[in-house]
Amino acid sequence: MFASRRSIAAVALTLFAVSACKKKPEPAPVPTPPPSAPAAVAPRVNQDSIDAARRAADAAAAKVAADADARRHAAEMESVRNTIAAKVYFDFDKDEIRDDQKVTLDAKVGILNANTAVRLRIAGHTDNRGSDEYNLALGQRRAASVQRYLVSRGLNASRFETVSFGEERPVAQGENEDAWSKNRRAEFEIIAGGDNLRMPR
Amino acid sequence: MMKRLLLLLSAVVCLLPSAVLRSQDTATVKGVRIGLTYAPGTRPGVFIAPVSGPNADSVRVMLARDLDFGDRVTVIQSDGGEALTGTLNYPVYASLGAAAVVQASVTPAGSLHIVVHDVGGARVMDVVDYPLPAPALGGEWRIAVHRGSDEVERVVTGVKGIAATRTLFEREGSLWIVDADGSQAHAVAGTQGGLSPAWHPSGRYVAYDEMANTGHHTIVVRDLATGATHRSATRHTLNITPAFSPDGSTLAFAAGDDGTDIYSVAPLTDGSATRLSAGQGTLNTNPTFSPDGRQIAFTSGRLGHPEVYIMDADGTNPDLLTTTSFGDQLYRSDPDWSPDGRRVAFQSQISGVFQIMAINLRDRSVQAFTSEGRNEAPSWAPDSRHLLFTSTRSGTRQLWVLDTESGRTRQLTRVGNARMGAWSPRLDAAR
Repeated sequence: MFASRRSIAAVALTLFAVSACKKKPEPAPVPTPPPSAPAAVAPRVNQDSIDAARRAADAAAAKVAADADARRHAAEMESVRNTIAAKVYFDFDKDEIRDDQKVTLDAKVGILNANTAVRLRIAGHTDNRGSDEYNLALGQRRAASVQRYLVSRGLNASRFETVSFGEERPVAQGENEDAWSKNRRAEFEIIAGGDNLRMPR
Repeated sequence: MMKRLLLLLSAVVCLLPSAVLRSQDTATVKGVRIGLTYAPGTRPGVFIAPVSGPNADSVRVMLARDLDFGDRVTVIQSDGGEALTGTLNYPVYASLGAAAVVQASVTPAGSLHIVVHDVGGARVMDVVDYPLPAPALGGEWRIAVHRGSDEVERVVTGVKGIAATRTLFEREGSLWIVDADGSQAHAVAGTQGGLSPAWHPSGRYVAYDEMANTGHHTIVVRDLATGATHRSATRHTLNITPAFSPDGSTLAFAAGDDGTDIYSVAPLTDGSATRLSAGQGTLNTNPTFSPDGRQIAFTSGRLGHPEVYIMDADGTNPDLLTTTSFGDQLYRSDPDWSPDGRRVAFQSQISGVFQIMAINLRDRSVQAFTSEGRNEAPSWAPDSRHLLFTSTRSGTRQLWVLDTESGRTRQLTRVGNARMGAWSPRLDAAR
């Protein structure tokens, strides 16, 4: 009988508790913890990220390297082109190659040996102090003088074309020696084989 | 005051005894020549009477200017008014200092009718008529009026004028052409890169150096009437400074790749050029023929600096023409042989600046003509008296005309920069 009463009491307490709970606001759901990943899956996800990051880094590095190569190549090409295009200068009414100008021409020789397809147009120019027309002939002779020098360094004459602008295309204006000396020059233009220039090794 | 003095002097000249006014050049009856005596160094007064007919003022101004630019007469202009009619009162014109009166009219048929009166002889010296091509005031119309001026000058002085001529020159990368009085300047189409123009003796063709953007130079002969061109090619990349022989049958020019020589070729043909000079690698440029075509003057650097030489037209017997006894620098170039054969004009550096000179071929005496600014590229007029040249005296390179007898100069071009002038032959109607 006593046991029965305890059972009844327990039931009553339970019902009370249930009824009390119904009256209270429903508590916020407790976030369900994610199921624990199996120990073998978690490292795979990290590796993909790492690989992607590595690939990106590799690509970036490759691009940097390629850019650097491109810049180096461009710089080399610019250097090659600048060396080829470097002007040589002359004394008044002269066509002889001055000693201080030979280094400029010698620098071209190596490049032309490394780039056998290159052909150059050598254009002779003068200052404006002489006869306009005689200066055309003088400019031509200056171009020919440059060609002779390059040929004397082992280059084939057929790789050069010589022309003259006389005093028709000055690079410096003025009636003074500074301007005149800049205008007494030979200029160089690649007319063939200039697409894939190489530095001499 | 000066004008009065000139008029007085002219009057004195005109009042000289009639015996002095011996006839010259103007034939009215076979075997008899009636005209004025023209003594070089004197300038007979010429009265330009008012002109009648269409564009009368233009004709009068052109006649007066042409005669003035000819430097052989003193022009006495009317102050306008009515054209002369009837018999002239010759003593009145004599009192004005006129030795001749030019009475011109433009006829309804479109011709220029000019009567030249001999004031001292009180008679008509000559009558000339020139058809005036349409349109009025156009280029050919003006040349026809200039021909009238030249004929008046011939009647009065015995020497034909140079008004009916033109000049070719280089301006800003093209060839231009301008009348001798400075009018009608225009670019010659299709001559970009043109340098060193030279006239064919017919006045119809011009040869020039065409400089391409690559620096290659080709000799081009252009028909000024049609624009047709013919290129004279050599194996060389440099072909410059062309010049026609006086008969037009030969075109000489300089060509080469390492040093230049003088070559000749038959113009307007595809024949190969013949080398004339033997420069052996030196610079030889600017050929110019003697009037008989037998010799060529040219610039050569064979002594190490430019000088002017003469050789036979076949290249033999080269001889130094310009010695070093004048000028202080060794640079003489750009010769041009006078049409009368007596002188070769050239440019010589004095204190580093070019000046125009001419050497007399008889005694090799040299006369300097310029001193102001830089002066170069002389070109003789057909009268062998006037010289065209490039000068910087106005601040830019322009073409100027010099009367080598009086020293009088006048500016021919004024726009941009002009150089390399070449004076045409007389442009006769039959060209």
